[in-house]
Amino acid sequence: MSLAVDNLRVYYRTLKGDVRALDGASFTVADGEIMGLAGESGCGKTTLGKSLVRLDGRMQVMGGTVTLDGVELPIADDNAMNEFRFREVSIVPQYAMSALNPIRKIGRMISELLDSRGVSYDETLPELSRRLALVGLDDGVLDRYPIELSGGMKQRVVMVLSTLMNPSLLIADELTSALDVSTQKAVAEMLVEFRERKFVKSTIVITHDLSILYQIADTILVMYAGKLVEKASAAKITEDPRHPYTRLLIGSLPEVGVRFADRRLEGIPGRPPGLLNPPAGCRFRDRCPLAFEKCAEEPPFAEIAPGRFAACWKAGS
Amino acid sequence: MLELAGVTKVFKTGMFGKEETTAVSDVSFTVQPGEVISLIGESGSGKTTVGRMILRLTGATAGSITFDGSDVSRFGRRALRGYYADVQGVFQDPFSSYNPVYKVDRVLGMIRSSYLPDLSQEDWRTKLRKSLEAVSLVPADVLGKYPHQLSGGQLQRLMIARALLLDIKFLVADEIISMLDASTRIDVLNLLGDLKERGVGILFITHDLSLGNYISDRTIILRRGRIVEMGATPKVFGNPVHPYTQMLLFAVPHLHSKWAEGAEGAAGWEHEVSESAAGPLVEVERDHLVASDEGTSLAGAQPQQAQGGENR
Repeated sequence: MSLAVDNLRVYYRTLKGDVRALDGASFTVADGEIMGLAGESGCGKTTLGKSLVRLDGRMQVMGGTVTLDGVELPIADDNAMNEFRFREVSIVPQYAMSALNPIRKIGRMISELLDSRGVSYDETLPELSRRLALVGLDDGVLDRYPIELSGGMKQRVVMVLSTLMNPSLLIADELTSALDVSTQKAVAEMLVEFRERKFVKSTIVITHDLSILYQIADTILVMYAGKLVEKASAAKITEDPRHPYTRLLIGSLPEVGVRFADRRLEGIPGRPPGLLNPPAGCRFRDRCPLAFEKCAEEPPFAEIAPGRFAACWKAGS
Repeated sequence: MLELAGVTKVFKTGMFGKEETTAVSDVSFTVQPGEVISLIGESGSGKTTVGRMILRLTGATAGSITFDGSDVSRFGRRALRGYYADVQGVFQDPFSSYNPVYKVDRVLGMIRSSYLPDLSQEDWRTKLRKSLEAVSLVPADVLGKYPHQLSGGQLQRLMIARALLLDIKFLVADEIISMLDASTRIDVLNLLGDLKERGVGILFITHDLSLGNYISDRTIILRRGRIVEMGATPKVFGNPVHPYTQMLLFAVPHLHSKWAEGAEGAAGWEHEVSESAAGPLVEVERDHLVASDEGTSLAGAQPQQAQGGENR
């Protein structure tokens, strides 16, 4: 078991009170697993991803544990996490293209980063250039400034850099969202390739795009309003979703082949609850066509079938 | 209704505008009332520039844009005002379309003061209620609110309701749903379908092939400012002929079928479909035109010079 997250709660401190962006998440990611983390904006997926690597200033861990390869990560302690970051857990942030220092040549920046971890740049160089070649870049990029590279090239540099120390867990946050379809496919396939070559053991791919996840992920975890909603294999989630939210979400996606003239797809009426003072019970119940009295009580994120988890009173049936 | 003929846009770039960048090159097509055309292209393809030229937010360097027979570029102040009563645009970011200081009612009120000053209060209220209902908004939910109190989907619907107040004939919808969440974007897309059924012509500008396929009657694939393929949507999607269209459709992720195992490797990175000689559009079947570029296999094509739209 590579990653185990138990009842993790991360809130944002604001003057009005705590925003419960991630409110009790428990799940595991196995060795070699690529887990997709999907959901709409504000569901807490980025908060979850960030909290495993580096909290931003407003985030506060309210409880729960994160265990990676049997070692508990000190996620609430920024300094203590330094030991794990880059070596054990690494993130490719949402705006990877702006993650590079603009006034350093790429090579110098990588060398400084390795230095800070006590690793020799010269000894790493052969492996670095092998990996750059793998993503279609030559060593020439090391002598360039970030501004000289295209967005797609920068993204690949960040990807190679983040995985250079073969971390156990890689978190890729909306890696493909800003890309054109043609580059999107190549970047998504790169994630699989990195796993095959064991540059990373397991990967969490955060995106709002379920069809990308269907292509590359082994399992998909769906979030809604700060809660985990459903987790299953990518095929099961898309072919046979059990949670009403997942079902409606997938039903609202236009597939190539479905046309307005033939079949009118429907969205989900309403909007997610605010997370400042979220309602008790199931957070989807106001929008849920299956809601009944019991939904006022919060459904547990339970294993409804081997390898399938869902937080819904009616998901088992 | 709307006709573009040989529309070209060249931007001056570089120091002192010494260099020129051709953003749109020789684009011709027509849109009929009640027709949705999707203009699909990747970033930098010039798709937004086409929309901006139609809305006269920027001028064309060459070619003409005519609406109901009149040349859009010749409109003076008065005629332009009349044009905007018929043709409106809705853009990608709903949050930047509103002034955050004012309540959202203001964008609707401005329509009244600019275009419908003689309307009685009662008629205005009726009209307002009808437009809001047409976009599935409950007046009490949105009126009197500030932009930050509403969701992106609500704001975007409100922009469409604003266009409806004018009984527009043509709508330029530029990436209007790319910032919306999946569960609400389909409703906004369906709205375009409703508008179409009311006879409004729509130019749906998008980078998302599956959205274009869902909503549009005809499809235009734009690449580096040039049309590479256009025609009836089922034909362009069902039988793509240009290598660029084929590549796009090949790369789109589907929800229920996996990407075909492509022998792509490193070649898949920066898609440089080689800069082959560009050819004119030719008709490969009825209502399906493809650029006869080098490398395009036009088996069964009738090599006749075709101008966009004539062969509907």
